[in-house]
Amino acid sequence: MFLRLLYESFRRQKRRKALAGVAITLGVAVATAMIAVATDVGDKISRELRSYGANLLVTPQEDTLDLQIGGVDLKPPSDGTYLKEADLPKIRGTFWHHNIVGFAPMLPVGVEVSGQKLTLLGTYFSKKLTFGKEDFTTGVRITHPWWKVQGAWPDDESQDVLVGENLATKLGLKPGNQIRIGGQPHRISGMLSSGGAEDNQIVTPLGVAQQILGRLGAVRRLYVSALTKPEDALARRDPKTMNAELFDRWYCSPYVESIAYQLQEAIPHSHAEQIRQVAQNEGTVLSRIKGLMLLVTFAALLASALAVSAAMATAIFERRGEVGLMKALGGGNTTIAALFFVEAMLLALIGGLVGFVGGAVLARQIGRSIFAAQITIDPVLLPVILALAVLVTFAGSAFAIRRAVKFDPVYALRGEG
Amino acid sequence: MSPIATRRAGAPHTSMFLRMLLRAAVLRRGRAASALLAMVVAAATATAMLNLYVDVQAKLRKEFRNYGANIVVVGKDGAALPDGLLNAVHAILNGRGLAVPFAYVVARTSDGQSVVVAGTDFQQVRKLNSWWSVSGWPQASRDALVGTRAAAVVSSQGKPFDLGFQGRIIHVNAAGRLSTGAAEDSRIYVSLADFENWTSVQPSTIEIAASGSPEEVNSVITRLTNALPAAEIRPVRQIMEGEARVLGKTRATLLASASLIILTAALCVLSTLMGWVLDRRRDFAIMKALGASEQLISSFFAAEAGVLGAIGAIVGFLIGIGVAAWIGRVNFHAPVVPRFNVLAWVLLGSIVVALISAVLPISLLRRVQPAVILRGE
Repeated sequence: MFLRLLYESFRRQKRRKALAGVAITLGVAVATAMIAVATDVGDKISRELRSYGANLLVTPQEDTLDLQIGGVDLKPPSDGTYLKEADLPKIRGTFWHHNIVGFAPMLPVGVEVSGQKLTLLGTYFSKKLTFGKEDFTTGVRITHPWWKVQGAWPDDESQDVLVGENLATKLGLKPGNQIRIGGQPHRISGMLSSGGAEDNQIVTPLGVAQQILGRLGAVRRLYVSALTKPEDALARRDPKTMNAELFDRWYCSPYVESIAYQLQEAIPHSHAEQIRQVAQNEGTVLSRIKGLMLLVTFAALLASALAVSAAMATAIFERRGEVGLMKALGGGNTTIAALFFVEAMLLALIGGLVGFVGGAVLARQIGRSIFAAQITIDPVLLPVILALAVLVTFAGSAFAIRRAVKFDPVYALRGEG
Repeated sequence: MSPIATRRAGAPHTSMFLRMLLRAAVLRRGRAASALLAMVVAAATATAMLNLYVDVQAKLRKEFRNYGANIVVVGKDGAALPDGLLNAVHAILNGRGLAVPFAYVVARTSDGQSVVVAGTDFQQVRKLNSWWSVSGWPQASRDALVGTRAAAVVSSQGKPFDLGFQGRIIHVNAAGRLSTGAAEDSRIYVSLADFENWTSVQPSTIEIAASGSPEEVNSVITRLTNALPAAEIRPVRQIMEGEARVLGKTRATLLASASLIILTAALCVLSTLMGWVLDRRRDFAIMKALGASEQLISSFFAAEAGVLGAIGAIVGFLIGIGVAAWIGRVNFHAPVVPRFNVLAWVLLGSIVVALISAVLPISLLRRVQPAVILRGE
């Protein structure tokens, strides 16, 4: 009898059930999408924050002091030590290599062009490298996304160069022209605008700078751009004072400090340091945005819970006549309440399932249109979402069911209420 | 005619209309209250979301200013900046940002090593470059801030040391260590007054952190370029582009979330109010049976919904402002400023949603004969 009542209730009141079902589906869809976005937004924003450039700097361990003023290197090239270019691909072998977005070596060399003393900077633009069986590309186009080139980027294996835009205006050079550096002609493939010291420099593939300096395989500095976790108390501790267990936890967390530690392990005779301007602020901005999205998600959950409750309450309130009839025919309060609760649960499960799928699609759309990246939702969330949907539907119906059951059947049947 | 009747003869419709509105709310407290509650919650979430959306830009911009200077002023071709330039920059900034002068020379340590020494204003640089990790800021004259790498060369135990430039020697105390992970680590910073006394070199760079939107920063750049022909003004693209990108994405995500939430809240109101109106089909039928025109009944229900929407919007607005302020305090450690122009939108939206949810069921009921409703079918 109970099952028949249930079945007929769904069969005969399609419109009403559909309305409540739509409310639950929408509520669950919004909640799912918001949870998916909120859990993923940290990851996405931290990728966007990489547009600030490298957050780690690797230098030779026994280096003399840098003599840099306004981005111009005054250090004589004979001074100091160098990193080995051959060691660079080893970065891909570190524990957190998936978090390393890219790296770019730098080799500044002093040169004389048309009687002027200039800095020539050798680097990778978009260099293909191999580590083990893995191929990857890296260079300034990844680590310095604000560098803009008018013309074309030089090929890393070519002799082509970029000329900073201020320097190009001063010397009257254009893309396609030739420039003589150290007696050798080089083709200018493009003009570089960086908003920094590079605007007055010549930027070449690393190999060209090494030839001019006469030191093959030498690198002065290495900029590394890595995805990191905001710093906390553990991150700031000195690894030397940790016990083995704590050290493992520190080593296996993508803190900027532990990535620096691993870079030093990977590259012999090197010293890696976080660039505090980028690394420190990244953590604050990231935690602010994550906190904001978390609070907004709470608001979304609250709004969808209320919408579901309101729809359920309205749906039940309209059925007082039915309740009156059941009671007049001898239905117990428990049986009637059970009927409504089972109905609500069925609605919540169906609506929750459809809403979950809808929410996943919604989250994907948001990810694609805003971040041009996938926001995927963990299927583990499905039972959690379903449980939430059932809970909210129950809570929303409970009050209305209690009122409906307590209502005097005589009044209900007379249609007064 | 009795005095009461005379008095009533003038405005029977309005007073009856008002009375019906009032009694409807008083007699059906429960339903009216739940409809109002839905309205308030929806208006509050909408207000909080809109307020956050408008204000989050300003809040995050403040965080982004911690990245340091977004404009750099240097002398043309590496020359020193003319006198009084800093004052001109301050006049253009007009308090909306920081401007910090830097002067640089390459000096010699007592054992003949080269080191970059910079003169600057410590008070200002502390505010500009908040990421500098400093063990102790210089207080007195002849105190120096020594970069970690420079410290290994000049004063590994924090002892006072000598610096020479063009034959002139300055004796300084190492007041603190500076660590930034960049070129600053190899430098020694002294106060600008000490620096100028010692080297007679004028500042060559002014770093500016101008606050505000990209348009405001660009207008500062234009004004600086026009006012200071002797200097080269360049935006720090790394900072400006990164900021624009992250801010844009955050705003877009927030907008998507806000639209979803407001949509859900509007649906909640719609279903509650529709239930409320449908529930009162007997009132509707009685009014109709007593000879009220359809227009009058519709306007009665519409007025009721409109009043409910307006009250809900105003109460919800106040609560929403509170919620936004709380979120601001928890997340940004600064309250979100209430935007009262949001009120107009919330009010308008609430009333429109309320009207839709009143008029929709009425047009459904209109087709039904009052007798059918009154019989309870």
